[in-house]
Amino acid sequence: MYSEKVMDHFQNPRNVGEIENASGVGTVGNAKCGDIMRIFLDIDDEGIVRDAKFKTFGCGAAVATSSMATELVKGKTIQEALQVTNKAVMEALDGLPPVKVHCSLLAEEAIHAALWDYAEKHGIVIEGLEKPKNDISEGEEEEEY
Amino acid sequence: MIYLDNAATTAAAPEVVEAMLPYFTENYGNPSTIYSLGSEAKKAVNEARRSVAGLIGARQEEIYFTAGGSEADNWAIKACAEAYADKGKHIITTKIEHHAVLHTCQYLEKKGFELTYLDVDADGLVDPEALRQAIRPDTILISVMFANNEIGVIEPIEQIGAIAKEHGILFHTDAVQAFGQIPINVDEMHIDMLSASAHKLNGPKGIGMLYIRTGVKIKSFIHGGAQERSRRAGTENVPGIVGFGAAADRAARIMEEKIQKETELRDYLIGRIEKEIPYSRLNGHRTKRLPGNVNFSFEFIEGESMLIMLDMKGICASSGSACTSGSLDPSHVLLAIGLKHETAHGSLRMTLSEQNTKEEMDTVAEELKKIVQKLRDMSPLYEDFVRKQQA
Repeated sequence: MYSEKVMDHFQNPRNVGEIENASGVGTVGNAKCGDIMRIFLDIDDEGIVRDAKFKTFGCGAAVATSSMATELVKGKTIQEALQVTNKAVMEALDGLPPVKVHCSLLAEEAIHAALWDYAEKHGIVIEGLEKPKNDISEGEEEEEY
Repeated sequence: MIYLDNAATTAAAPEVVEAMLPYFTENYGNPSTIYSLGSEAKKAVNEARRSVAGLIGARQEEIYFTAGGSEADNWAIKACAEAYADKGKHIITTKIEHHAVLHTCQYLEKKGFELTYLDVDADGLVDPEALRQAIRPDTILISVMFANNEIGVIEPIEQIGAIAKEHGILFHTDAVQAFGQIPINVDEMHIDMLSASAHKLNGPKGIGMLYIRTGVKIKSFIHGGAQERSRRAGTENVPGIVGFGAAADRAARIMEEKIQKETELRDYLIGRIEKEIPYSRLNGHRTKRLPGNVNFSFEFIEGESMLIMLDMKGICASSGSACTSGSLDPSHVLLAIGLKHETAHGSLRMTLSEQNTKEEMDTVAEELKKIVQKLRDMSPLYEDFVRKQQA
């Protein structure tokens, strides 16, 4: 069902963890649907993504797309990171089964949410970035536990 | 490999395969023919029918072979609705039925029938009193599964049957998970129709049966020839039927020992998981439970990830997570017993057989412990939970 790349990124996920005092953190998804992704970005003064980490609650594809998305944004400028689309993540993973495409969308949104958080914290506007729909970082979901 | 998905399907037993083989090659005759090659096949079919009937205390002429459990469920419910439509349009079933029953009922709703889907309690049990209260003058059928395929709960079938009988309403039970696993008696339990499938009891796939009590007037579902006393047309699947018979004989022979062995293994595995994996919840009633069923929810993690990691360790299991069903909703059974969506996504079903060993249960417990921790370390839900506890 999954490509070898997906299986590799699921079995050996890159960049699992947290970044303390991250420049930006984005959490997207919905526990009801079974997917939550949280991406941490460390962005330096030059606007370069120095590090990226993630935590994900979800299926094999959700973990693999988080892993690949964090790999793809590392070392990129903010504008380049914004171009890491779900398509790019999927292609890098040699494709996903049709029912799992939403996982790659979630990865894209998680990056956008983290960049949005960074922009808000620094009082800047990132051109072309809109507030992600599935952003739940300040949502009520956390209250459930 | 450690196979813990016996509720999905089982390996055909060697004696079952051996019994079937001659009916593909040497005794290939059509049972409807007059020459002895055909009569041999017919005789074998009827012997199998007797074996299957014997397992539930039925008479052999009350057993109708089908292509499987789903066909039997469809037949029982649709044909009953059709045959008794003059008497009423109300059918009672439960929220935790297999899709073969649920989707058939939903189909009938579109055709103008009225359905009551009974709730179950936190253990998955139907309340017979709630059933009694749901009965209306126009109720024509009650269909309650014998044992649930996901959480293994065994329903109070005898009580339900008695209530149905008292009100003169037909009672069907989907016994696919129970048939050949635990004792069933259609007379003592007042069952009018019962569905079963061979591949759940080490028989072949593609063969099942519907028990129809003498006097129940449901009609043919597959029209054509006069096979199965003109109630189910089509040349008999002779090797399949013979295999079903052999599987039924085997089940009757080993049932007592199998129940004892599986129950021991089940309770041992449940005990280890409860003791060693925190934030886990056993789904389904603890004792009114199929001997081989273990079903847990693990908080903060998702089922498909668990299945893939278990598979990498050679362990086959299943989950009620949405990701394993192709939809966004987790199992309707887990939601019906009151689990939150996110908890239902983290469910794991392990269904044992008498072939499993205690050593295997130890391996599973050890691997599971590591896998759950690995996924929790990766989970933002767990991170939030831990943070909240520290605060």
